[in-house]
Amino acid sequence: MTQAQARKPVEGFLDNKKFLHPKFVANYGNWKCHDRPRPGVLHHVSHSGDEVWTVRAGTQRQMDHYTIRKLCDIADKFAEGFVRFTIRSNIEFSVSAEAKVAPLIAELEKNGFPVGGTGPSVSMVSHTQGWLHCDIPGTDASGVVKSMMDSLYDEFKNEQMPNRVRLSTSCCEINCGGQADIAVIIQHTKPPKINHEQVANVCERPTVVARCPVAAIRPALVNGRPSLEVDEKKCICCGACYPPCPPMQINDPEHSKLAIWVGGKNSNARSKPTFHKLVIAGLPNNAPRWPEVNAIVKNILMTYKGDARPWERMADWIDRIGWPRFFEKTGLPFTKYMIDDWRGGRANLNASAHIRF
Amino acid sequence: MAKQPYATPLLDELEKGPWPSFVTGLKRLAKDKDYVVDVLGHLEHSYKTRKGYWKGGTVGVIGYGGGVIPRFTEIKNEKGEATFKDAAEFHTIRIMPPAGMHYDTNTLRQFCDIWEKFGSGLIAMHGQTGDIMMQGCTSENVQPAWDELNKMGFDMGGAGPSVRTVMSCVGAARCEQSCFDEAKVNFNVTNRFLDDIHRPALPYKFKFKISGCANDCMNAIQRSDMAIIGTWRDNMRSDETMARAWFAKHGVNELVNDVINLCPSRAIQLKDAGSVSKDAHITAVKVSDTQALEIDNKSCVRCMHCINVMTGALAAGKDKGTAILIGGKSHLKIGALMGTLVVPFMKLDTDEDHEKLVDLAQTVIDFFAENALEHERTGEMIERIGLANFLEGIGLEVDANMVSSPRSNPYVNTGDWDEEVARMNAKKAAA
Repeated sequence: MTQAQARKPVEGFLDNKKFLHPKFVANYGNWKCHDRPRPGVLHHVSHSGDEVWTVRAGTQRQMDHYTIRKLCDIADKFAEGFVRFTIRSNIEFSVSAEAKVAPLIAELEKNGFPVGGTGPSVSMVSHTQGWLHCDIPGTDASGVVKSMMDSLYDEFKNEQMPNRVRLSTSCCEINCGGQADIAVIIQHTKPPKINHEQVANVCERPTVVARCPVAAIRPALVNGRPSLEVDEKKCICCGACYPPCPPMQINDPEHSKLAIWVGGKNSNARSKPTFHKLVIAGLPNNAPRWPEVNAIVKNILMTYKGDARPWERMADWIDRIGWPRFFEKTGLPFTKYMIDDWRGGRANLNASAHIRF
Repeated sequence: MAKQPYATPLLDELEKGPWPSFVTGLKRLAKDKDYVVDVLGHLEHSYKTRKGYWKGGTVGVIGYGGGVIPRFTEIKNEKGEATFKDAAEFHTIRIMPPAGMHYDTNTLRQFCDIWEKFGSGLIAMHGQTGDIMMQGCTSENVQPAWDELNKMGFDMGGAGPSVRTVMSCVGAARCEQSCFDEAKVNFNVTNRFLDDIHRPALPYKFKFKISGCANDCMNAIQRSDMAIIGTWRDNMRSDETMARAWFAKHGVNELVNDVINLCPSRAIQLKDAGSVSKDAHITAVKVSDTQALEIDNKSCVRCMHCINVMTGALAAGKDKGTAILIGGKSHLKIGALMGTLVVPFMKLDTDEDHEKLVDLAQTVIDFFAENALEHERTGEMIERIGLANFLEGIGLEVDANMVSSPRSNPYVNTGDWDEEVARMNAKKAAA
């Protein structure tokens, strides 16, 4: 297409009003309260007296157009033609009469969309793309998530957890999936394998040197060609050099492992927001269903479910019982790798005589 | 009818189980598209070898410098030809969703039509930055697909060292906890920074996330360079009828264990109904004829917990607005950082209030653009130069709300102490 024929784009962000359910427009900023008549359903009441029922259902996130059209058919026939997506790829249908809720739920479930994800349940895993599309993935988050949600299906559909549970999965240490009550993240265990033939052609070497968090990369001449070398004693195997320099291959079918982190919390409710903490590493990247990862996620969740008090998020629960009890109750090993030695790491050490026996 | 599908024994395992399967979706698409037949073959190869095989490159649309995520296959034969030749290219177009991710079905159906025609037919709702991800398209089809999407009124999201697609929560449209018009902030911020979204020229990415209350459904404090979080200044509101109904249903044990004991600043007490404080900063509400909750709004940190538990019985105040935190980000390079509070409160009622917020964002981004090193996030820049210098740079005054505690080490030169106190006092007097 030549510049002369080119269509000039229209830049600008749309006002979202035309995409809102009419009840949302009428009661914008005027809602009074909500309750949950059953798992997967929110019932909002406005100061005006208006009521709206919202049914939440899980999706596979990356949807074929047939799936989206099916959801639209359901929205048109059983709801009122409007939907919304949550940050965790759940879809929400809002209706202005309670009588429409049950048939809508029946239709969603008939078509394979589980209704749930509200209140103290396990919501859908927020995740990254993986092997389907990413240029640097160590695993396939989409597959890990599918297998995880299969195993947590009942926890999505019921509200039986102490408080809400938010999960994430990430295919590299950049952690696009985000902080979560339980996060499954790739943890590489070997330094990058460098294809010295390609470095000079593909990589801007000073940029790559600058990316390394521990200054382990330096320029080098290898076989007469400009390349890079890694001080493997210093390397922390984070993979930061790989995106700017693909010849520094960090992904390895065997040595790119999965680690599990717990206790991340975005909300300010009760405690301040927290980052998740490492509780186990070294799990195999066992496609297509990652049984080892799933078993541990489920074990942590069931321990939390059995032991935490109402309204305690994972972080609140561990804050009460203490980390030694967490490791004891879950049966996970506490190793030297959990002792933080990164900058500011001393803040994570116990500088007190507070000890639980 | 498309060509014969490849055997995909590993992916087939992901069709089992009750959760909706993306593999089943891909197979539906593969019935009509050779493109998706090869995408499935490509993905199965990844599952078999446990590695990814897409590399980046340069693909764009006219007038924009980013927003398309290019992918070219690296699975090739010895002659350098793509093994899965129909899926040699698998680019993604990022489209900014309506604020709060609200849609009418007509819009979604149009997305489907366009992507069925020009792309793979696979759409991710949504990517982690908050975009609609139109996944899988050849280089040739990127421009025509984009033209159709743009004709619908939708615009491209950010990628690379740019302002990224702004995310806001469900908000005032359907949430009683909303403290301002989140969608309006999203609209204003996005439209101010369109150039920085579409033509990446910043040191690194810059993200805005907007949550209408401290529950922070958008993970703004953890995930955004500028977090806009709803809060309020006056007393919490209460509704006695709903408080009594809550108590009748849940009882005193739950009131004590789940509400009072979990207040992080111990601002709530259970009192005899006749002896609650009459102080102006107290919210008191009877839960029965004999007992009442007494909330000290001066100690309350607006965490949202008691309101979450007793929604309706307790509610945010009326003098609402927003707090702003700056510098949240994920791990690379110096470790994950939370945002730091830099504005404890600002009103967001009038157009002028909204303008002020966007102006502040502009100042922050200008400072970031001039002072951050290449590939350095705002939080890392603040870590390097110190919060006090950053505040001076963007013209904000220090405030004790910005710290968890004052410094605990003596390594600071306080030689200008008197001048600084005089300056602060003069500023206070002038305000």
